[in-house]
Amino acid sequence: MAMRSLLSRKTLTLGSGFGVLGALSRHARNLQTFTLPDLPYDYGALEPAISGQIMQIHHQKHHQTYITNYNKALQQLHEAMEKGDASTVVKLQSAIKFNGGGHVNHSIFWKCLAPTHEGGGEPPKGSLGWAIDTDFGSLESLVQKMNTEGAALQGSGWVWLGLDKELKKLVIETTGNQDPLVTKGPNLIPLLGIDVWEHAYYLQYKNVRPDYLKNIWKVVNWKYASELYQKECPPTSGR
Amino acid sequence: MGLNHVASLIHSSTPFVAPNFSSYKGQFRRQARAKVVAFHGLTTPPYELDALEPYMSKRTLEVHWGEHHRKYVEDLNRQLEKNEPLYGCTMEELVKITYNNGNPLPEFNNAAQVWNHDFFWESMQPGGSKMPGGGVLKQIEKDFGSFTNFREKFLEAAQSLFGSGWIWLVVKSREKRLAVVKTSNALNPLVWNDIPIIGLDMWEHAYYLDYKNDRTKYVNVFMDHLVSWHLVTARMARAEAFVNLGEPKIPVA
Repeated sequence: MAMRSLLSRKTLTLGSGFGVLGALSRHARNLQTFTLPDLPYDYGALEPAISGQIMQIHHQKHHQTYITNYNKALQQLHEAMEKGDASTVVKLQSAIKFNGGGHVNHSIFWKCLAPTHEGGGEPPKGSLGWAIDTDFGSLESLVQKMNTEGAALQGSGWVWLGLDKELKKLVIETTGNQDPLVTKGPNLIPLLGIDVWEHAYYLQYKNVRPDYLKNIWKVVNWKYASELYQKECPPTSGR
Repeated sequence: MGLNHVASLIHSSTPFVAPNFSSYKGQFRRQARAKVVAFHGLTTPPYELDALEPYMSKRTLEVHWGEHHRKYVEDLNRQLEKNEPLYGCTMEELVKITYNNGNPLPEFNNAAQVWNHDFFWESMQPGGSKMPGGGVLKQIEKDFGSFTNFREKFLEAAQSLFGSGWIWLVVKSREKRLAVVKTSNALNPLVWNDIPIIGLDMWEHAYYLDYKNDRTKYVNVFMDHLVSWHLVTARMARAEAFVNLGEPKIPVA
């Protein structure tokens, strides 16, 4: 026991000694670490809606920091569980939710955007288009509603177009900080997520969040949202 | 300037005449517009907008004070036009009343953010020094062990804050000691009856133009170059009139 704790303390000081710890402790599950996903387009590809500088810092710094801190928290969780340290396990939940949420949300966000020459901003076709008309009246009113809710959100957070996969109904939700959409309901699947943290627009739009929200629709990847929707609501399901 | 003027005029001389709510809606709107009802003015920082350079840029002050802070004041005034009972409250009273024991009224966010920003500008000064002196330093040493410990606590609180919010040095009314606390979004320690001594804005808009994602640098610069220990001393002196910080008695100045 003494040996074990001595060793873990040593690996802790190594900082990036994930592998070392894994090799040492017999009961260790394969500890997965997360890495920054590539953007599916160049940093400057969403201009002028979102500047290349914003995209680069957002991806390389902000998203990376969430991943780094998520991995750190998971490592600590792993160690606490090995030791049976229940109170530390509980204490780590907020860091896991925040940083893990940051990783999950940003990974979705990048896919929700596309350069205009790759179809960004093109309105949804097919069944998602119909569903939007049914649930919101029109695409314009959906956009307006999301913009209004996004602008009204206090502090940092996200505005979502979600699908309730049980009710087969589209919903608009906002979440604070890095809470993922699923915190608003276990049946909710994010079709689109828009980051309304100030870091997502500040260098270009300063305090004018409504302008950012207005412009982001020019690069929204409706194809991505449509595919997700069709997967959950295949045409035969008789919506 | 317009707002400031009208507000101070209303407060100092003309008693406010509440609009007649029983009148037709359209008529009331016309009346309100004609009277220009401004309840609270935008407080000016106690220094020029470029005075905190190079630690906090003029550009940041222009947007942070001139746009963000101003909008909180304007939005609050717009809300107060519709909420007669809140007329005449000081900003501190507004914060406490609209917090409504943890079920905030719609006015809370704007009122608290106005109060927070007023407090933030005054927490800084050009040519601030690294450390307080006299009784403030002794009190910090008494409650945190050392000034370095306090500084670390403050930094750690800033780094571990999730999302937008504020970091505070407060006098805890019940525990009768100094403490570092963090609050989310617009929330501030007044609502728990604690007495704020330093307030640091940790919304991204406070540092993004100058430091981008580097919060740590922003907090360090604030601590080393911007804190107004003069004002901290004055605030401590006021706090001691409300809270007995116990033995040994440390004179503030």
